[in-house]
Amino acid sequence: MEAPKGTHPMIKWLEENTPKLILAPSFIAVLVFVYGFIGWTAWVSLTRSRLLPKYEIEGLIQYERLFVSPRWDTAFGNLFVFGILFIAIAMILGLVLAILLDQNIRTEGAIRTIYLYPMALSMIVTGTAWKWILNPGLGLEATVRGWGFENFRFDWLVNPDMAIYTIVLAAIWQSSGFVMALFLAGLRSVDGEIIKAAQVDGIPTWRVYTAIIIPSMAPIFLSAFIVLSHLAIKSFDLVIALTGGGPGYATDLPATYMYAMAFSRGDIGQAASSAMVMMMVVFAIVVPYLYSELRSKDG
Amino acid sequence: MKSYILSAVSGIALVATTAAFAEPQAEVLHYWTSGGEAKSVAVLQKEFADNGGTWTDMPVAGGGGDAAMTALRARVLSGNAPTAVQLKGPAIQEWYEEGVLADISAVAEANNWDAVLPASIAAHMKCEGTWCAAPVNVHRVDWIWANAEVLKANDIAMPKTWDEFNAAADKLKAAGIIPLAHGGQAWQDATVFEAVALGILGPDGFRKAFVELDTDTLTSDKMVAVFDQMRKMRGYVDGNFSGRDWNLATAMVMNGEAAFQIMGDWAKGEFLAAGKVPGKDFLCVSTPGDGFLYNVDSFAFFKVDGADKIAGQNLLAKLIMGQNFQKVFNLNKGSIPARTDVPLDDFDSCALLSASDMKASSENGSLLPSYAHGMALRGAQAGAITDVVTAHFNSDMSSADAVKMLADAIANSM
Repeated sequence: MEAPKGTHPMIKWLEENTPKLILAPSFIAVLVFVYGFIGWTAWVSLTRSRLLPKYEIEGLIQYERLFVSPRWDTAFGNLFVFGILFIAIAMILGLVLAILLDQNIRTEGAIRTIYLYPMALSMIVTGTAWKWILNPGLGLEATVRGWGFENFRFDWLVNPDMAIYTIVLAAIWQSSGFVMALFLAGLRSVDGEIIKAAQVDGIPTWRVYTAIIIPSMAPIFLSAFIVLSHLAIKSFDLVIALTGGGPGYATDLPATYMYAMAFSRGDIGQAASSAMVMMMVVFAIVVPYLYSELRSKDG
Repeated sequence: MKSYILSAVSGIALVATTAAFAEPQAEVLHYWTSGGEAKSVAVLQKEFADNGGTWTDMPVAGGGGDAAMTALRARVLSGNAPTAVQLKGPAIQEWYEEGVLADISAVAEANNWDAVLPASIAAHMKCEGTWCAAPVNVHRVDWIWANAEVLKANDIAMPKTWDEFNAAADKLKAAGIIPLAHGGQAWQDATVFEAVALGILGPDGFRKAFVELDTDTLTSDKMVAVFDQMRKMRGYVDGNFSGRDWNLATAMVMNGEAAFQIMGDWAKGEFLAAGKVPGKDFLCVSTPGDGFLYNVDSFAFFKVDGADKIAGQNLLAKLIMGQNFQKVFNLNKGSIPARTDVPLDDFDSCALLSASDMKASSENGSLLPSYAHGMALRGAQAGAITDVVTAHFNSDMSSADAVKMLADAIANSM
């Protein structure tokens, strides 16, 4: 933009640089507190830091320790079990709910609010509530047995092989309403003319959804996927509230592993290396996404 | 202007008094925030104030001390350590190695601490020969608590060996009573494990395995037997034990739902709070086998600047080890005094048993630090052992696999 003639050069300079000046503090803050500390963590992960951080580089010892630790194996495996099931089921459930709500039903507003409400709870509340519901001695199992079905069993919470699925269950309950809202917005944004044209041509409704509406919602799928995957990777509070990582360490996730190492065991180097591995997982998901986003804008 | 001069003068006067008397100042970082514990620490606070000191309380709740340690780390890194910090076991030496602990030998020697503390507990309070911490209490960990009525109704005597325990538990199970009240949290699994290990390995074996981390002992047949007994214990808990808090397990013993609990003597507080009488309603004996596992709370003293703070540190150290505080604090908390010369007239029968066992075991060398409560090993090694113990307890892993995993985990934690 060209400044009008006769303006003071100072004002001209301000006009050009005001956006930069305003953005500078937050830019610096992000640089230091996000990228600076990522760098710091990466450095510490290469040292033998225990109680307090040390700065002599010792090589990849912490990563070697990490990858032979059976507890990390469990935690890292759980991340994939939890992440894949949680993302897939929450998205399918969200989509189905959104399509059902899209049928111009009368109480849509009320139902939408009900489904969206779990999102308003913190994961700690969700975890505690589900802990009681799933507790075999207090919740579902005890209730159904109380009705006379003496052989009913639902002890996933206390079964080391199944406990991770209770976390999936609670997380889906919490998030699928939010995914539904995302998809509902997407469904509504599809051009009505195309749908009407398809209906005039006598195409059945399910074909309208599978061939027209859902493909045109690809960006919404991507956003839902990104939101859910970062929820999955950083999951911590839900595990702490629901199972405390137990039985044993059967429901540990990388985030709870890192917390235990850093804050309970005084093993900062180990915690830093697990944090770096978590970050690499995030990068593995986010980088292809950013790449495709940027490329499509260039093209 | 006048008021300015006045305040300046009074300011100078204040500086002069502080320099002359060095009024003791102490900032104390601790995590005793729950009811009984807060009451216990208030006793110390009051004594400190009565002796002319100014106490700045810095309680940090949460995570069984994890949050307090995080706060401590931040304070030390910023070069502004508190005067005294609730720390215990090898963590004291770990902090000493960071070069941040003070030397309070003058107070310790003037008050003859060496003569009144059991030698193995005194060793925890010393950093390379100088005193750097003061103990407040001794919790015994290897207790077995029982519901007297349930045992009587089923004609069972308190078990003296693990075989007797197994026989009693089988009998109780057949009678429809949960033999062992237990909460499936890693530290509770570890508490039961170390009681079993002390019984089966014996005091010397326990020291070799969990203090010295001797590989031969850790992979011995006896260690396999320890895990075998843990597998048996798993059969004696109810199906709903996962994640249960220890005090809920204590309540199960109290109301007769379960017969035994293996837990440190903080469980006694739960019984007493419910109006139960030791020896009549509930029984306390040490777990089968010889030895005494202790969990000693203590305060470590950090390097501070200024005469007032150093005076505060010295006063605090003296008061913590004072007979009066050791008595009042431990009556509140359910533990026993660390010093052996405190009159025990007001203590209950469980505490008296604990005190006499501590004395006897100190003399024959079987007074041992609890690994499960962070007294024997540093965090990384103790955590590695607990991981294996809880993984074994909560799965169908074989004892031989568990022993192999134990050796690997310890090697990996170094």
